[in-house]
Amino acid sequence: MEKNYSLPADHDLFPDGAKRCSLMQFMAWMGIVGVVAAWGLYAAYKVLSTGLGVTALDDYFGFGLWITFDLAVIALGAGAFFTGLLRYILNIDPLKNIINLTVIVGFICYSGAMLILVLDVGQPVRAWFGYWHANVHSMLTEVIFCITCYLIVLIIEFIPLVFEQKQLDRIPVLHHIAHNLHVMMPLFAGVGAFLSTFHQGSLGGMYGVLFARPYVFRDGFFVWPWTFFLFVISAVGSGPVFTVLIATIMEKMTGRKLVSWEIKSLMGKIAGSMLFVYLIFKFLDTYGWIEHILPHAGLTFDQNFYGNIYGQWLLWAELGVCGVLPCIILLTPSLRNNPALFYSAALLDCIGITINRYVFTVQALAMPVMPFDSWETYAPNWAEWGSSALIIAYGAIVLSLSYRYLPVFPQEKKLNATKA
Amino acid sequence: MEIKEFKVKWGMAIDLDKCTGCGACMVACQAENNLAPIADASNKIKVMNWLVVYELSNKKPFPEHDVAYLPRPCQQCGHPPCVSVCPVVATDKNEEGGIVSQIYPRCIGCRYCMAACPYHARYFNWLDPVWPEGMEKALTPDVSVRPRGVVEKCSFCHHRFMKAKDKAIAEGRDPEALADGDYVTSCAEACPNGAIVFGDLNNPDHQVYHLSRSKYASRLLERLHANTQVYYLSRREWVRRQLDNYLDNEKVKG
Repeated sequence: MEKNYSLPADHDLFPDGAKRCSLMQFMAWMGIVGVVAAWGLYAAYKVLSTGLGVTALDDYFGFGLWITFDLAVIALGAGAFFTGLLRYILNIDPLKNIINLTVIVGFICYSGAMLILVLDVGQPVRAWFGYWHANVHSMLTEVIFCITCYLIVLIIEFIPLVFEQKQLDRIPVLHHIAHNLHVMMPLFAGVGAFLSTFHQGSLGGMYGVLFARPYVFRDGFFVWPWTFFLFVISAVGSGPVFTVLIATIMEKMTGRKLVSWEIKSLMGKIAGSMLFVYLIFKFLDTYGWIEHILPHAGLTFDQNFYGNIYGQWLLWAELGVCGVLPCIILLTPSLRNNPALFYSAALLDCIGITINRYVFTVQALAMPVMPFDSWETYAPNWAEWGSSALIIAYGAIVLSLSYRYLPVFPQEKKLNATKA
Repeated sequence: MEIKEFKVKWGMAIDLDKCTGCGACMVACQAENNLAPIADASNKIKVMNWLVVYELSNKKPFPEHDVAYLPRPCQQCGHPPCVSVCPVVATDKNEEGGIVSQIYPRCIGCRYCMAACPYHARYFNWLDPVWPEGMEKALTPDVSVRPRGVVEKCSFCHHRFMKAKDKAIAEGRDPEALADGDYVTSCAEACPNGAIVFGDLNNPDHQVYHLSRSKYASRLLERLHANTQVYYLSRREWVRRQLDNYLDNEKVKG
């Protein structure tokens, strides 16, 4: 067979009909990402070899950037379970065009969060104690159970996509495994939705049960504090648009259309609807917190804020600019179908959820509860930023490899047909 | 809310009007419980102190200015915020006496208990403990040292409790009915003014029983219902007002 030297050296591995940049270009991009990853690996090495003393965490801020990062990526990774639920259980068929990407993004978010936890936990080799010596009363136990189980589900969901790689698909056994896993996918989507709902909720519950921390303490329904439900709904109100943002960044970087506007708009509408439901509950929750929980603890609303770093602006930014505003844009067809407004709304939505996770993690610990104690402030240092950057680099590597070699986007061929 | 009750309940009554803030209790605690010195102790919220003395101020200008000092050990809550959250049962409240335990070989170092505790009574081993040469020979043999990566806290000198019970058994007395003074924490022992009184909160033969029932006694952050086993006494109303959060229209107890 005659070789076509105008094609990239690894073109035999590309999905059918897909055009990709040259291998040199790809390696250059991987080199840039690799530099960031190397910095992060050094930070991770320092943390593991020296101890958490190299971070800016202290006895007031036992949780910091890493836990915020984990909570944010787990919320934003919720696109995977929620889209899976809508696609496989509720049969919203058009979502098949983005489901692969949601699975990959979900896998990156969850595996990345677990890698961060390896650093964040003081005794990572004892991580299995969560199963062996489980305290069934702890929300964190539920988080440990559900996150590890759900990561396994995500791996199972990712496997068929890997086996559908053009060369691997020629191996009969892999082809059949992929096919059979596809047949069983509604089952995994259902299990994933169940596990995800519970650990998203438990992550919120983790804060809501802290009855001696009035900033985050919430009464609730039965054994679940309100934050349990708020964290679930806010995750599904932002996860879908996060996946859309990732798809759009990939489109800008590769210069190819990957997901049609209709699908993006549908994901925006889904996220907007969930964001609307979330905001109703969030406003009710905030009202209940101000009127009931704070006075009960002998505190006023103003006592929960401090200077600029933990000022009220964070609350208003979360609820208004990054809550109500993107919700209006995503739910109004004329606004939603304006790409600039749509992407801005998606970004604001994700920022709002990140602010929420940040204030629940950091501001809650910064605020003094004993009247004679004082506000403390926290700023992460290079070791925490570096290792977080490692996870972003890891995500970029997984996404880049998946895009280059796996059939991630079913619409790609059709959307780029005129260009070819 | 479920509060763990015991026949014997070890507790403290700390008279804030007697405390001069000398810090002897902190030093005694550090030495007794094998707390390693920190190489760089400039960041005061990253150093290990099972017991910290806080300075309270009435924030008034001279001549009305007044200060008080408040020693803060672990409050050994009856309804501990830290226990239910621990994912691996590395901390518990299930022993007669009501002392909240901390099991170092079980702790995974997630620090969720630290986030839960409003008293900042829990400390994390950020680095390996390093003992200046010779100091390791002065360690208390009954207290285990802790590795990096685990949380620790005041145990009301639990090893002294064990010793007191052993002594009672050896002398043919009931180890579950120790007399006042049989078991005393190192901080209470070191206090030059007798500001810290330790004993069984449920036993009328113990001084702490009566002090804890004084009209001037209250506990830290009572309205959060942690139900602590450490009582603070002061005849100064402004001091008692700083023991809990009060809205402007609320009257202080006592």
